[in-house]
Amino acid sequence: MFGRSLVRLPRVVPSNVGLRPSVWSSKIRSGNLSRCYSAAAAEAVKLDEGISIETHTDIQAAAKEQANVRSNDSEAIKSGNTALNHAYQENTGFGTRPIYLDMQATTPTDPRVLDTMLKYYTGLYGNPHSNTHAYGWETNKSVEEAREHVAKVINANAKEIIFTSGATESNNMVLKGVPRFYKKTKKHIITTRTEHKCVLEAARSMINEGFEVTFLGVDSNGLIDVNELENAIRPDTCLVSVMAVNNEIGVIQPIKQIGEICKKHKVYFHTDCAQAYGKIPIDVNDMNIDLMSISSHKIYGPKGIGALYVRRRPRIRLEPLLSGGGQERGLRSGTLAPPLVTGFGEAARLMLQEFDNDQNYISRLSNKLISGLLSLDHATLNGSPNHHYPGCINVSFAYVEGESLLMALRDIALSSGSACTSASLEPSYVLHALGKDDALAHSSIRFGIGRFTTEEEVDYVIKAIQERVKFLRELSPLWEMVQEGIDLDSIEWSGH
Amino acid sequence: MSSVPVPTRRQVLALYKQFIKNSNQFNNYNFRQYFLRKSRSTFKESADLKDTVQVTNMFNEAKKELGILKRQAVISQMYTFDKTVVEPTLKLNHTQ
Ligand SMILES: Cc1ncc(COP(=O)(O)O)c(C=O)c1O
Repeated sequence: MFGRSLVRLPRVVPSNVGLRPSVWSSKIRSGNLSRCYSAAAAEAVKLDEGISIETHTDIQAAAKEQANVRSNDSEAIKSGNTALNHAYQENTGFGTRPIYLDMQATTPTDPRVLDTMLKYYTGLYGNPHSNTHAYGWETNKSVEEAREHVAKVINANAKEIIFTSGATESNNMVLKGVPRFYKKTKKHIITTRTEHKCVLEAARSMINEGFEVTFLGVDSNGLIDVNELENAIRPDTCLVSVMAVNNEIGVIQPIKQIGEICKKHKVYFHTDCAQAYGKIPIDVNDMNIDLMSISSHKIYGPKGIGALYVRRRPRIRLEPLLSGGGQERGLRSGTLAPPLVTGFGEAARLMLQEFDNDQNYISRLSNKLISGLLSLDHATLNGSPNHHYPGCINVSFAYVEGESLLMALRDIALSSGSACTSASLEPSYVLHALGKDDALAHSSIRFGIGRFTTEEEVDYVIKAIQERVKFLRELSPLWEMVQEGIDLDSIEWSGH
Repeated sequence: MSSVPVPTRRQVLALYKQFIKNSNQFNNYNFRQYFLRKSRSTFKESADLKDTVQVTNMFNEAKKELGILKRQAVISQMYTFDKTVVEPTLKLNHTQ
């Protein structure tokens, strides 16, 4: 009803016109862009006669533009382009927005989460730390409820949850704050080679502060050796940090065993649970976890918020990164953002409420996708198949270059093995740690399945990957040799 | 809560219809499919419930969720985006 009271806005070129003038002018001149817009735009108007606010996305144009820039300097990528054009022509009569399968990078915000948040962007704007009036009390109450929801997922006490800006901040707080607090007696940190960049970089920066860091290796399945971990613990070790679910390959580390070892040797155990929280069962008491990083935007919550679980009994001390008003037990000063906190809380509540449904659904789609992808020759699943979160699937397609495959798959939003620093084309350090060679690391792709992925999308993806991997292999001279039964390792390459 | 009467079969069915109708109104493909799937499975589960207290609680909970669904379906129609590659663009009205 309030839609009807709006004045119908004239349809103009979308607002990002000013941002990329060169693209727009060329696309408009060539006319191909306006075509891909008009079908969807017309439909949006007809969907509801009263509502005229439209927002449009330009992913396809952006991807094409990027591909054009890249294709100027690479033969391989050009071939991907051909495959793509071939693919798009087949699908006229369908939309243009890619299927989203990059759930490890971030997840869509659940509408139920947004519904919770909107109140705090409209009427409930009080500072939750104001305790002299109702505006502060009401948001404070909501923030504390959200804290309860976040704590409940991991069987923690609400008082042990510190809200931060995300898992990156939580990881930095721990990797820097704990050693700094105990620096008089402790000088050693243990972590693994497959951690997220923010843990590795924070650990590296502690080396500059005079600490020693042990980076544990992993086996070909991506799992650490708990005996090696135990042997690495020294009298001056203050912190062990091992992630629960790996963001690239979905491997689940033996958290409970690590917790026992850490407890036995009286070192603090931190785990980066950005990818694990709410997705695999975690109990901080049962698993002896002392500190845990959590991120909201990996569980269908808003971006820009996360949490750090800090055990209270026995108390863990850490030096805060920020000085200020002493909010969040003095560990994280700064006014909390009630819209984000309550959204995060609702997202956590839903993770718990939907746990079984999500788990069954995601496993079913995951099995379907894995068997569909592995039915291709020379396709291998990276990481342990047994200690594995089903929503994260990393597959290598030998004799195909990952980047050109991604380029040929612009109708599907995916990441290659080198996802973390997507700006560079470096092969993934995680896959390297597993002992994969450069070529295989380059040809790997990560598929993320979530609550909102549909079976139809999975079917589409299986078909698209099968077709385009075959297509790209046809172009590859290596593939031809493999087909002829030539052992590639026996070839002496000349040049370089 | 004892003053609240136990919902009749008819009331539950009417509520279910509302869930399907509002889920269908999401412009976003993934959200639409999710809430359709969720509405169906939730009501299917509730059909097996015998305990009147449980039925009443579930019914009241569902009424609250319907409010969320209605608001969010409207928002989904206000901010629309291009259709995804698995959605036919020709079929204009996906509610039927
Ligand atoms: C394992 C892991 N840790 C940390 C992060 C960073 O989280 P945030 O974006 O909340 O800072 C991510 C996400 O990219 C992650 O996957």
